[in-house]
Amino acid sequence: MFRPSHFAAVLLFAFFASIVFAITQRETPRRMIRYGIYCFVLFVGSAIALSWAMYFIAR
Amino acid sequence: MRYSRRGMATERNKSAEAQQGFVYLPLFAGWLVPGAGHFLLRRWLRGSLLAVSIVAMFALGIAMQGKLYSGAHDILDALGLAGDLGNGLLFIVSRVAGLGADQVQVTTADYGTRFIVVAGLLNVISAVDAHNLRTGRKS
Repeated sequence: MFRPSHFAAVLLFAFFASIVFAITQRETPRRMIRYGIYCFVLFVGSAIALSWAMYFIAR
Repeated sequence: MRYSRRGMATERNKSAEAQQGFVYLPLFAGWLVPGAGHFLLRRWLRGSLLAVSIVAMFALGIAMQGKLYSGAHDILDALGLAGDLGNGLLFIVSRVAGLGADQVQVTTADYGTRFIVVAGLLNVISAVDAHNLRTGRKS
């Protein structure tokens, strides 16, 4: 059984979802790469930001 | 005032070419097998990247002992089943082979369940993208 940490699962999820979003939502290769990186950063960044927000709310 | 019809005729010809044959074939093929819709349109690199991404997400979900939805007992189960069905043959073969968990018992299995559902939803997006390429809506 594969047991990644929560953060590793976020990274894997963001990586694969960003590839699909980039290919399907943009037309040229250059724009696909830029949009893929943008989606990846947003996925991971928002997960980190929300995690810290929940940490402070729980205290 | 003079109008040139050369450009218009070309656009009309392109549109007519795009509508020839069974335009929904890439949509169905892409739904059944991830990336197959793009392969039919000879978009080898895009199809390969989509196939690897979707199959990897599904396989990771199964490896994490994610749940494969079998019935729609309540609204959340129905939504999960709809997402799972987006995986096409991956879901059907996995159900027949008895892969995945019936009950979520550990935290990673919950992640796995989400991975499987999202893989299905991403597969639907890629199948629709193949259809848009086929009809000429996207280049």
